[in-house]
Amino acid sequence: MATDTLIGPGFSDPVFQSQGAFRALLAALAEPGTRHVVSGAVVPPKGLHAATATALLTLADYETLIWLPAALRDGAAGAWLRFHCSAALVSDPARAAFAVIDAGSPEPALSAFDSGSDQFPDRSTTLIVQCTALEGGEAVTLTGPGIATSRVIAPAGPRAGFWAEVAANNDAYPLGIDLLLSHADAVFGLPRSTRIGEVY
Amino acid sequence: MTMHQALPGDDTHSVDSTRPAYNYAYLDEQTKRMIRRALLKAVAVPGYQVPFGSREMPLARGWGTGGIQVTAAIIGPDDTLKVIDQGADDTTNAVSIRRFFEKTADARTTEATEQATIIQTRHRIPEAPLTAGQIMVYQVPQPEPLRKLEPREAETRKMHAWAEYGLMQVKLYENIARFGEVTTTYDYPVMINGRYIMAPSPIPKFDNPKMHMSPALQLFGAGREKRIYALPPHTSVRSLDFEDHPFRIQSWTQPCALCAASDSYLDEVVIDDQGSRMFVCSDSHHCETRRADGHRGTMLGDATASGLVEESKS
Repeated sequence: MATDTLIGPGFSDPVFQSQGAFRALLAALAEPGTRHVVSGAVVPPKGLHAATATALLTLADYETLIWLPAALRDGAAGAWLRFHCSAALVSDPARAAFAVIDAGSPEPALSAFDSGSDQFPDRSTTLIVQCTALEGGEAVTLTGPGIATSRVIAPAGPRAGFWAEVAANNDAYPLGIDLLLSHADAVFGLPRSTRIGEVY
Repeated sequence: MTMHQALPGDDTHSVDSTRPAYNYAYLDEQTKRMIRRALLKAVAVPGYQVPFGSREMPLARGWGTGGIQVTAAIIGPDDTLKVIDQGADDTTNAVSIRRFFEKTADARTTEATEQATIIQTRHRIPEAPLTAGQIMVYQVPQPEPLRKLEPREAETRKMHAWAEYGLMQVKLYENIARFGEVTTTYDYPVMINGRYIMAPSPIPKFDNPKMHMSPALQLFGAGREKRIYALPPHTSVRSLDFEDHPFRIQSWTQPCALCAASDSYLDEVVIDDQGSRMFVCSDSHHCETRRADGHRGTMLGDATASGLVEESKS
């Protein structure tokens, strides 16, 4: 049997590893644009970064639907999430509570995900965008709640027009999706409340 | 079953096996995940009340079950917990909740505001300025600021959805028309990030300005009403007012009788049946710190002589 069909282990200590990872995610979304290490000592399945896999292991369960790109859904990542989170994987991005995309992939548009309803803006997708690096890319200025004055981030790898989509997501505030930009074991939070300033 | 639960007869485990086996921090992991998801959405939409599946806790609703569930979902071995009730570390609610987390989460606890990473509070914000990295957890009895004006949840939800907040301004206006000033002194409504009106929990309006652009993360849990909401650090918090009737905080004619502080929130205490009274800091740690620094109020001598407060070490 090929080893890539085997499902790797999840948390070795679910209580404290998920607590530590959650605090990193909470800090990331509370202070957008600051880098936080989501450590869970998890070996991620093929196609997911360690931070992405740890975040999903921390937050997803049988109550949350997950959307993955078809290649990941049908591969090791899909099997790993089904087994460890008991989460259902859906093919319609608009139904997902959590979703993962690669920053460079042209599809789907951010607007394809669930942005909540005016009476329940919390019922929206949390989207994990896997970048090729969290620095060295196009720089953007962030302002808004969680940021004292402004912050500059420059994650590498987002597709053309990505920041315009993020800005449009913020325009719909309080509706919108919340983003986590991940690479290796670290994340940036980019909630819908963050305004995207000039792109250098 | 996780490794943190004691098995019967498992004497290799550090947990006392004669005690019932609780999961770390009392709540089960699925409940924590549900609360954590709600917290992340609450942080993403500051001031918006996220519904959550509030659990039955081992104390009555109305005694801080919302705050306890939030604390249980975030606390870890690296945290130091401070619990206050009306500013004091030594009152029933604060002592019980602190003991609850010492027992179920092996929590390190403190009374010093500066040393705490998580501060669970009922109805006060400490006088010492909060710092980046600290998390305030508020116990909230009524999360809906519009509830007394509109009893139907379906209606208040629409009012928030469409930012129809005229009713609240009318209420404040009627207050001014009848009494000459806004008479709300606690749970004074605030506008968050220019979008949602939020109940700051029944803190005195004295504390409202401390929320504005605070460097600390502020989380609110309402157990009975099943709502969680949040304020990220550096978020705009504006107490509602009018141009010709600006928002004002309380002031007192005399300083604290024990530590002589003139800039802290004071409780009025009746001390005999002749109508005598004294004013003392509501924040017990702040008052003790000031006394230890040598500040002396007019009645400190009397209070020390009758054993009400310990003589400061200096």
